[in-house]
Amino acid sequence: MAVLVFAESDNGKYKKSSFEAISYGRDLADQLSTSCIAVSIGDKGPENLGQYGAHQEINVQGDVYKTFNPNTYAKTISELSSNIDGQIIILSQTYTGKSIAPLIAIKQEAALVTGIIGMANTSEGFQVKTTAFSNKAVAHIQINQAKKILSIIPNSYQVNTYDSTSEVISHNINISQEDVNTNIVKTEKEIGKIPLTEAELVISAGRGLKSAENWNLVEDLAEALGAATACSKPVSDMEWRPHSEHVGQTGITIKPNLYIAAGISGAIQHLAGVSSSKVICVINTDPEAPFFKAADYGIVGDAFDILPRLTKRISEIKG
Amino acid sequence: MKILVCVSVVPDTTTKITFKDNDTIFDKSGVQFIINPYDELALTRAIEIAETNSGSVNVITIGEADCEPVIRKALAMGANEAFRVDAQPINAMFVAHQIAHHAKDNSYDLILTGRESIDYNGGMVQGLIAEILNYPIINVVTELEYKDNKIEANRDIDGGRETVSSAMPCVVSAQKDLCEPRIPNMRGIMMARSKPLSVTEAVGESNYTQVTKYELPPSKTGVKLIDVENAESLIDILHNEEKLF
Repeated sequence: MAVLVFAESDNGKYKKSSFEAISYGRDLADQLSTSCIAVSIGDKGPENLGQYGAHQEINVQGDVYKTFNPNTYAKTISELSSNIDGQIIILSQTYTGKSIAPLIAIKQEAALVTGIIGMANTSEGFQVKTTAFSNKAVAHIQINQAKKILSIIPNSYQVNTYDSTSEVISHNINISQEDVNTNIVKTEKEIGKIPLTEAELVISAGRGLKSAENWNLVEDLAEALGAATACSKPVSDMEWRPHSEHVGQTGITIKPNLYIAAGISGAIQHLAGVSSSKVICVINTDPEAPFFKAADYGIVGDAFDILPRLTKRISEIKG
Repeated sequence: MKILVCVSVVPDTTTKITFKDNDTIFDKSGVQFIINPYDELALTRAIEIAETNSGSVNVITIGEADCEPVIRKALAMGANEAFRVDAQPINAMFVAHQIAHHAKDNSYDLILTGRESIDYNGGMVQGLIAEILNYPIINVVTELEYKDNKIEANRDIDGGRETVSSAMPCVVSAQKDLCEPRIPNMRGIMMARSKPLSVTEAVGESNYTQVTKYELPPSKTGVKLIDVENAESLIDILHNEEKLF
């Protein structure tokens, strides 16, 4: 048996969450005294995955993978796991991971657990912790099936490094164009922006910024810091910002290392989307804003005054 | 055009979450239940598509009798017929098998779900249904059109979006922005009372996974306030002490 990890890449570049998934897979493989095998599909990143813990790396090539289709990716991972006796399959919970994990689960008659936020406990049975109730709780899930698929939330496991390289094996899977069951008509990528789901630093703002034109204050700070930008639900509802920036219970759930919120009061639905951020800083004119209770650092003051001063200070420090 | 919308009944978004029986069971007392917000979007869009294509919309939920008022709301919004599988939705695999079992006998052209439920946030059911039925899946969709006997949808991807087309039948999951949720009017509420709501028994069982315990996430130890005159010092703390950049 082996632990198989899907190392997801995008345009020939690995996602950081892939390295987290491999480190998770390696730690789990060590616990179970087995090996950790990374699988990349199509154009992979330049890194050798051995440095993150993979004992072996399988790269699958084929024209069919040039565009993403859930069925071809799921079928590939499923067949590989059968070939190498991959009893445990680990994926990162990206949009791609979310689309393929359930398909693999049915193909493999495996138990599927998503939303995982920590290492499995294998001392008695097999248990993992997941988010539940939109980040308002943590659930302990017992898995009673030998074959398991674990979907790990990005930014919830550390990247370990190893002083080793893994052997890269090319592998062919019998997949053809006939397995492609959806067609991509068009793809739009936001160039030069850090995707919110992958960002380690996030600057967010709410209605307190008063209008869409004032967002340069947020963008300037984000650019100085190398952060992604986000917003509250009302801001996205009023179309000041695109919905892809809306974090909260009905928006995107994020867990960056730093979340700075300006002019957001901190309604329970907003907190659900951001409360597992490691460090939370809140800027609000209202000292009674509920967000202060969930924050590590707070400044009672006006975002219009404070944001440019923070931007300036970052420039001074970074030189 | 026959559409099935899968509806999950969840605690209202403002609910304070607590547990009972040694933190093994979610405490439902005093909790207001609603249609899962993403399922509400899926249902609204399904009704819109059915209206313009002389189709029909059925809803299905897995739950015990206490979720019927919420299902009536789905009928009041404009669904034609409701099905309730009388069982606790113990895990996603179980739920997906119930829905797939119903769908097999009813030849739907399109099956819609929310992108995830806001209670267990699994986001699995849509993919599981699609694979059980061997239908294509388009996940996390912000725009959905039916034309020329095909489905075309915009979906979120990491750092952007893509437009995907699929033959039918297929499974689609709804994301925010798909539409404005429809609010039932008085006529809809009256009509919902006489619309069919069938109750069926669950098929099979699934013990692949089970929740053994819940806990609340660790709470913050208290906010450190920084004087507005020294606002800049926040950056120094983040740089020197927290070492975040």
